[in-house]
Amino acid sequence: MSAVWLLLTEPLQYAFMQRGLVAVVLVGVVCAVVGSFVVLRGMAFLGDALAHAILPGVAIGYLVNGGERGALFWWGLGAAVVTALGIGAIGKRTEVKADTAIGIIFAGMFALGIALISSVRSYAVDLSHFLFGDVLGVSVHDLWLTGMVGGSVLLVILALYKEFTVLSFDPVLAVTLRLPSTLLHYLLLVLIALAIVVSLQTVGVALMVAMLVTPAATAFLLTRRLSRMIALAALIGALSGVIGLYFSYYVSVASGAAIVLVCTLFFVLALLFAPQRGLVWRKKAVRAA
Amino acid sequence: MMWKSWLLRPEVHEAGAPILEVSHLSVRYNGRAALEDVSFRLDAGERLAVVGPNGAGKSTLFKVIAGVLPPTAGEVQIAGRCPGGHICIAYVPQRTQVDWSFPVTVAAAVMMGRYGRVGLLRRPTRQDWDYVRACLEVVGMASLAGRQIGELSGGQQQRMFIARALAQEAELMLMDEPLTGLDVPAQEDIFRVLETLRARGVTVMVATHDLQLAAERFDRVMLLRQRLVGLGLPDEVFTRENLQQAYGGQLHLIQAENGLLALGDTCCTGESA
Repeated sequence: MSAVWLLLTEPLQYAFMQRGLVAVVLVGVVCAVVGSFVVLRGMAFLGDALAHAILPGVAIGYLVNGGERGALFWWGLGAAVVTALGIGAIGKRTEVKADTAIGIIFAGMFALGIALISSVRSYAVDLSHFLFGDVLGVSVHDLWLTGMVGGSVLLVILALYKEFTVLSFDPVLAVTLRLPSTLLHYLLLVLIALAIVVSLQTVGVALMVAMLVTPAATAFLLTRRLSRMIALAALIGALSGVIGLYFSYYVSVASGAAIVLVCTLFFVLALLFAPQRGLVWRKKAVRAA
Repeated sequence: MMWKSWLLRPEVHEAGAPILEVSHLSVRYNGRAALEDVSFRLDAGERLAVVGPNGAGKSTLFKVIAGVLPPTAGEVQIAGRCPGGHICIAYVPQRTQVDWSFPVTVAAAVMMGRYGRVGLLRRPTRQDWDYVRACLEVVGMASLAGRQIGELSGGQQQRMFIARALAQEAELMLMDEPLTGLDVPAQEDIFRVLETLRARGVTVMVATHDLQLAAERFDRVMLLRQRLVGLGLPDEVFTRENLQQAYGGQLHLIQAENGLLALGDTCCTGESA
């Protein structure tokens, strides 16, 4: 027992691990809650694109501030919001299909970001931080920012929970109820953008979509109530973050990757063993019938 | 009991104005006409069947009336006003266009119909849940309130959406292919619910492929193929000429002892536009 206790407490003597753990829990919860609506509305690709598209914003911020990281949040946020609104507008106003528009903007922005960062000398190190995160480099200031922005995102979702639910289930009903559908849609995009930007340092842009989608998809397999699905997704997201971080501490693998792998493992387990929906369960049902 | 009186007698808008008046309505998608110069009016409590081949514009017509799709030309008036401000119009979607795996119970799905009345930033009250329960009773599904929506049969899915339209306190219900894919007992359940709606003065427009049901069970029928081919009593509308005009070669007409017998166009899942 004491060995397990030691295993759990030993990393906590380091302040960077304490900060890292707080960060992954915050990010896990915020991404999973926002991600539940991403999953239900089938916007996973859009989430992935948004995450990648913030790279040029972050890169410009990085270059403008001479490598200093404080202002990156705002630059990333600006890029994410512009991209979210741009994708929304292109999908609505032109004949280009939505997923094509997303693909074009996503790759174009990502390329721009890489081009900008590659103009700096310490290119490889910096780029890998943006792509894969650097959770152990999180500062106390970063935590406050993550907490406040993440908390605001959760509050908005709580306040507009039923409106977002209708919009996800039946957009036509949302219009006939005269809810401000377009406004709600863009608001959701902005919330996704915020969740992505506050998670940037923890998992990086390349694996971001996993934090949005995987815990929510896992929870979707385990329950048939939306409120429970969101709560469960938040729990899975936070737990994956913590387990992943411990894992990376002891096995010394990249923390972002470790977290995403734990998320994926949870998903596979749910896929196999979820009551009634799991593959194992179905096989049993077939045999019984 | 406030909600009970709501349920029994829907509110009246502008005295004298018909519940629905459509004038010279045209809709074009990318230059192709989906609806062309359609004009008609409906009185409160009427039950109208909208019949036409795939792509005739039935769904488009419903979406414009519901205020979901803007018309290219012409206008729609609901009880004397444009549809944009009304929350009393319910669009009942085709069952194939709904995500039945969505994690929501029957009661919660019906409650969504009340969200327009609950208001932004508010939670449904005890009265709202009572109202939802009453709506489910009307369609005979009170015992299924706690089920996940994916566990319902086709007929139950359809009745759940009618309950949702009731929860919305809709006075005009637009039902897109509610009878398609249902067996006869399930169709009869729907017609029983439609009788209750008639008693409450709710106006119902039903898109259907079934000419016989349209002729037998509705007050008036509309034959649509982008243009309004005919609107009136089934005998007046379902003439050989009109049917030929609406369906062209897709429908075979046979002269039977007691009128025309129509064959063909039995298909119909997944119609759009």
